[in-house]
Amino acid sequence: MKIGPTFRLAARALRRNKMRSLLTMLGIIIGVGAVIAMVGIGNGARAQVEAQIASLGQNMILIFSGSTTSSGVRTGYGGSGTLKIDDAMAILREVPGVVAVSPEIRSFSQVAAGNQNWYSQLLGESPEYFDMRQWPLTSGAGFTDQEVRAAAKVVIIGKTTATQLFGTADPVGQIIRIKNVPFMVTGLLKSKGMSLMGNDQDDVAIVPYTTAMKRLTGDTKLRSINVQAAIADDIPQVQQQINALLRQRHGITPGRDDDFTVRSQQDIAEMATAQSKIMTLLLASIACVSLVVGGIGIMNIMLVSVTERTREIGIRMAVGAHGRDILMQFLIEAVTLSSLSGVLGIGLGFGTSSALSQFMGWPTQVPVVWVVLAFGVSALIGVSFGLYPAWKAAALDPIDALRYE
Amino acid sequence: MPAVIHLDAVSKTYRSGDVEVHAVRSVSLQIHAGEFVAIMGASGSGKSSMMNMLGCLDRPTSGTYLLDGIDVSKLDRNQLADIRNQKIGFIFQGFNLLARTTALENVELPMFYARRDIPAKEQRERAMKALETVGIAQRSDHHPNQLSGGQQQRVAIARALVNQPALLLADEPTGNLDSRTSVEIMDAFQDLNNQGMTIVMVTHEPDIAAYTKRNIVMRDGVIVTDKVVTTRTSAKEELRRLDEEHAAAQLIPS
Repeated sequence: MKIGPTFRLAARALRRNKMRSLLTMLGIIIGVGAVIAMVGIGNGARAQVEAQIASLGQNMILIFSGSTTSSGVRTGYGGSGTLKIDDAMAILREVPGVVAVSPEIRSFSQVAAGNQNWYSQLLGESPEYFDMRQWPLTSGAGFTDQEVRAAAKVVIIGKTTATQLFGTADPVGQIIRIKNVPFMVTGLLKSKGMSLMGNDQDDVAIVPYTTAMKRLTGDTKLRSINVQAAIADDIPQVQQQINALLRQRHGITPGRDDDFTVRSQQDIAEMATAQSKIMTLLLASIACVSLVVGGIGIMNIMLVSVTERTREIGIRMAVGAHGRDILMQFLIEAVTLSSLSGVLGIGLGFGTSSALSQFMGWPTQVPVVWVVLAFGVSALIGVSFGLYPAWKAAALDPIDALRYE
Repeated sequence: MPAVIHLDAVSKTYRSGDVEVHAVRSVSLQIHAGEFVAIMGASGSGKSSMMNMLGCLDRPTSGTYLLDGIDVSKLDRNQLADIRNQKIGFIFQGFNLLARTTALENVELPMFYARRDIPAKEQRERAMKALETVGIAQRSDHHPNQLSGGQQQRVAIARALVNQPALLLADEPTGNLDSRTSVEIMDAFQDLNNQGMTIVMVTHEPDIAAYTKRNIVMRDGVIVTDKVVTTRTSAKEELRRLDEEHAAAQLIPS
């Protein structure tokens, strides 16, 4: 049996019924196309999430206050302040591997400048915060320790806030009022874009944490503490030590729940990607259903084809074809049909994902592994669904086949 | 000289439900190289079963069948296929050409299934030669639906000849043809036979059987008559006569 000529034979048989071949292929084309497009979108989304997580900063560990149980009522993360500035200082002092901490106070407030006003997120942070988050200033300067100690009325604002209050003018050196307290703008942050949760990170006004506590919120507790570890590999160990230190400082006896939560950047990344993984899996399984349906379509058409060509099979057997020759002929026909569909489906998938990224602005990327896999699976579908019809053709009796009308 | 076909007490029994049908009952027969035999009989006489066994499409239930010296009665499916490929050329009533495939490619088909690889060039040459033998080489690139019945049957004969078989087996070769074309096909058969080809042909038309050298008549699974044809019709003379009749008809003023 010659494989080359048999492929030519298959190609000719498929060309003979162009419309039918195309319609049969459609199932697999759509299935493979859907898989490729889904994987493209899923991977693009993951890449975006990863980029956003990286934008949190390097080797970041976040400590949230809460949840505490008071009279049986549990509060969420950051719900009730259980973290104190002393906790932050202790972490910096006592946990090895920690290079910087920034106590964080978070609220929302009206900010005004001249006759403009805007509702921004208000953060209280330490001078190290901007380095930790790798968030450079485009003009002005960061806080000084002196300003922190003095609870100075200085503010660094994000791009969005600046635009809303000052338009295109340079805000540095201007005065803005937060809760009717005048603040001097000392710096403008570089644009950082959307956060993981989809809110605008540039819509922000950052003051020293001491200022936030004393002059704006009146809080004495922190919502959270940002910690930066020196080396990525140390993060789990640092997390553990922070945990132990805080339990000790908060006087939590063994067996009782923490009144804080320690999360590393990695933990957050895993949570975020888990969602997109589930989504990708769900979509891919729907696409697989389409592939199976496509395979059944191929089997159906091959069975029809075998019946239609019974006499041809009889002639071939009469002049010396073995059952195996006939089996190969129909199997190769089915595989040609399905692999061709696979190739077209991959094309369709790429077309769809590039159209999506073009028109919807979704980032997409299709890994080569998936392209190879999609092609392999479609060829496999041809083999598995073509086998039965091919076997049926090969098992025909030449006398009956020749007599078939 | 060994017989091309040597049947020894060959029987074929079919089983349909509880009933046994004895299609061929202990037939012994020898056909030598260079013979031209017509097997005749009414439907149900067993001639189709006989034909299937002679063509190695089916195995006898009992008895032995030596084809060109090879015992083919015990061979399996694939071995029978190889024998059909190498030893037998089939010609059918319905021509049985592959549609939408050129005459040349149809003739190449048996070489496609030859167990040894034949180079494409040699395949082409041999197919063209076979087409020349039956006088249809100029239509080698035509598809069957572009050919007349007689031309299609010639392509089928070329296909039967291409592997140089020991035996040409024809099943009602003129059944689908008009009378003049039938004579032309018989002419081709007589030419091949004159060159030494052994031909066995099933027919139910006595005037077609008259072109052969030996007539075998079957009834109820046994051979009832086996006689040499004494007054053999020559296809060439018959064609000349038909031409004259045609010419005469043209002269009669209407």
